Amino acid sequence: MLAYARWKYILVSLVLLFALLFALPNVFGDDRALQVARKDRAPVTAEQLAQVEKVFKDGGAQYKSIQIEGGNVVLRFDEDVDQLHARDLARDEKAGISKDYVNAMMYASRAPRWMQAMHLRAMPLGLDLRGGLYLLYEVDIDAAVEQVVQSYEQDFRRVLREENIPVVDINVLKVDSDVDNGLRVLLAAGADLDTVLAAIKKAQPNLECREAVIASGAAVDCIMTPQQVRERRDSAMSANITTLRNRVNALGVSEPIVQRQGLNRIVVQLAGVQNSAEVKDMLGKVATLEYRLEDPRPIPPGGRAPIGAKIYDWYEGGTLRGKAMLKRDIIVTGNQLVNATPSTGQNGPQVEVTLDSAGGDEMLRTTQHNVGKRMGVVFVEIRSETVEVDGKPVTRKIKEERVINLATIQGVFGARFQTTGLTSNEARDLSLLLRGGALSAPISIANEKTITGTLGKENIEKGVKALVIGMTSLFVFMLLYYQLFGVVADLVLLANVVVLTALLSLFGTALTLPGIAGIILTVGMAVDANVLIYERIREELRNGVSPQAAIKAGFEKAFSAIADSNVTTAIAGVVLWVFGTGAIRGFAIVLTLGIGTSMFTALMGSRALLTLLYGGKRKITKLAIG
Amino acid sequence: MEFFHKKTSFPFMATRKVWYSLSIVLMLVAFGSFIVRGLNFAIDFTGGISVEANFPKQVDVEVVRKAVIAAGFHEAQVSRIGTTRDVGIGLQSTGQTAEQIRPIFTNALTKVDPAVRITSLEVVGPQVGDELRYSAIVSLAVTLFLIAIYIILRFHTWRLSLGAILAVMHDPILVLGVFSITQTKFDLAVVAAILAVIGYSLNDTVIVFDRIRENFEKNRRLPPAETLDNAVNQTLSRTIMTKVTTSIVVVSLLLLGGEALRGFSEALLIGIVAGTYSSIWISSAIALSCGLKAEHVFPPVHKDPVDMLP
Repeated sequence: MLAYARWKYILVSLVLLFALLFALPNVFGDDRALQVARKDRAPVTAEQLAQVEKVFKDGGAQYKSIQIEGGNVVLRFDEDVDQLHARDLARDEKAGISKDYVNAMMYASRAPRWMQAMHLRAMPLGLDLRGGLYLLYEVDIDAAVEQVVQSYEQDFRRVLREENIPVVDINVLKVDSDVDNGLRVLLAAGADLDTVLAAIKKAQPNLECREAVIASGAAVDCIMTPQQVRERRDSAMSANITTLRNRVNALGVSEPIVQRQGLNRIVVQLAGVQNSAEVKDMLGKVATLEYRLEDPRPIPPGGRAPIGAKIYDWYEGGTLRGKAMLKRDIIVTGNQLVNATPSTGQNGPQVEVTLDSAGGDEMLRTTQHNVGKRMGVVFVEIRSETVEVDGKPVTRKIKEERVINLATIQGVFGARFQTTGLTSNEARDLSLLLRGGALSAPISIANEKTITGTLGKENIEKGVKALVIGMTSLFVFMLLYYQLFGVVADLVLLANVVVLTALLSLFGTALTLPGIAGIILTVGMAVDANVLIYERIREELRNGVSPQAAIKAGFEKAFSAIADSNVTTAIAGVVLWVFGTGAIRGFAIVLTLGIGTSMFTALMGSRALLTLLYGGKRKITKLAIG
Repeated sequence: MEFFHKKTSFPFMATRKVWYSLSIVLMLVAFGSFIVRGLNFAIDFTGGISVEANFPKQVDVEVVRKAVIAAGFHEAQVSRIGTTRDVGIGLQSTGQTAEQIRPIFTNALTKVDPAVRITSLEVVGPQVGDELRYSAIVSLAVTLFLIAIYIILRFHTWRLSLGAILAVMHDPILVLGVFSITQTKFDLAVVAAILAVIGYSLNDTVIVFDRIRENFEKNRRLPPAETLDNAVNQTLSRTIMTKVTTSIVVVSLLLLGGEALRGFSEALLIGIVAGTYSSIWISSAIALSCGLKAEHVFPPVHKDPVDMLP
């Protein structure tokens, strides 16, 4: 008797159902589009939409539709010429919207709204297929570590001074490391070692300190452990990645890729983006922070700040809360901030902020006199922008300031304090923003290029057509060769492609040419699994085994061959995924996922189907296996 | 429908010296061509020249393309950048300097529109940096090492492991050889195809090995050469069948996929043929030449005279 557990049927059906749902957005394709977003990041209102639309109408732009999507105006086009024309209008000073709006040329999905609302997305096309912008940033992570060591040094000096412990000097040193990761405190003659250690411990409880024996007298070495160095480097990386990602997201480009590459590099890939100069300007912003006290006077209705004050837009958690008026005097700036981490305290989620000693002193002085008043954090971004004036590109510096947090001073504090009253998401975002504004290690562009899709539209269409024809012939061949079993194999193959597409869409993995090679390899391997099983079934039949037993034995005996061959290929896939970059990685991701999906569909899917066809207590005398 | 209705019994192992010689000759030819002719690297690897031009009014890309080709740059990629009036042109490096090329371009583009302005003309670096080359080598080395270990763990012998590794290295070398001899454009897509070839070849080899293990288990007394022959013969139908199915897709890519996919599908097709050959004639034969016997795959169980009970 041939049977298959009910839960396995349910599992197979559920996986297929979800896969169909996630793969569905790929069916719709996309339009060439132009996104017009407000520079102050506020959502576009219906009136503003009408204004924008008028500009394009008056300029004679040809577009399919214009509407608000995700708070921005999105125009869709049939032809690239129309798209480019509209974009010329968008950045023409005379046309009138370039002052308040930024634009990005991109592709917009044709999938219905409800799908986009459910975050169901088509898999993006990679740079090699669609062209776009590739930027490789290099982060100076050693500078990030050295920054911390320098702040420790300041802390030590302050504590030792406060406790009246005489020291000769504090030197920065490298211990088992290629970066300055430690401090050597040279003690004055007669200093008590334990007092020094206790004082240092008070300043920096997390540092490992021990007595050092040197020729000139007593000393204490404090070293960041390799773990601490790694954490510092990682936090510098994640701060930079977050900042870049926020800026990329502000562009509204569909399916951007911002990812860490190796120890100290960040890759930004914006497929489909064609106006590279503006995008680079947006991404290459320099950010910093300022802590200022709130000005208690009421905000004048005209929007003009009184002397000694300044009015800002107040955003919290990315949404506009209104206006905030702060004093002009700066308490602390971003380069005095040592760290900001989200945590959970007595009052719920919070951000723990650490300042360097000078910043701590200033903060202490300020808070002593201002308990109960509010203090704001101003996020400052400076970027250069290129606009066209009378047909000539002109570059100018743009400073954008906004308040990202406004909180009441609950008590007197110095170098360490918490910002409370946040949700845990807000705490995470705020700490990332603080770090992104202040802590991001120096970053530079290591490599940049605008890539024109090497394949081009015509070639992609040809490739897809060839793939479809190839797959169809394969299906027909399987049907001829294995008859009913061939139909089962075809269905299973189709399911495999659907599940793989769903996974790639779910992960947002960009489809590249190497990725297509991976898909072909996967299809090949999925066919192979079926062939292995069917050939075994034929062999069993030839040896005179009954049909149902032959199916069972076929699956059992083919299993070890399928498993071994897939595991070895999976090893290759995972290694290429981990070590590979660029093209190799793109291939490896598809291959590794594909091995999983083809094993699943070939082993479980085809078993389920065949059991439905031939299972149970029926008397089967012959299998339609060709 | 069936390719081999009867059981086949080709003597693959007996003729292995012939196939070794053939493979060695092919390898030597591939290496020779590799050293003498090298590969015809595409712009991805060599870098090239990037030109940006600004026209006073809207311009048709096709017109520009024709003008550039007429000036002697046959493989130029022309596309719009940013506006309807800006055009970017990518060229494979010709060895000429930017100064030498500028007048030729100015000349060609003024024929399209006399008021054209060449906004930038520079020599650009290759898209494939040393980083990719390095990561490709590292990942291939680690892959081969881990696969060797896995096969030793699963099949209990280094002999099969060696056979698999040599066969896996054999196939991409042949693909590279053909690309070198025919001087077909070698671009990033071909790299991807070669990775796929490695995957196929490995897959094939392991399936034959699985059958070898099964046959040894069934009958340990049979001479190893015969067991291996049987395994290859029994899997022959599957080996051919899988190759046919994959080739259907690859051939349609080759015939209908257009210029951009040519190198890619050619590499895949050559790799599939090489992979089939190496998994039928090479991988198991190497294990046999290394003295593979049943007890290597199934070590005799030694009864411990002293039991483990306390």
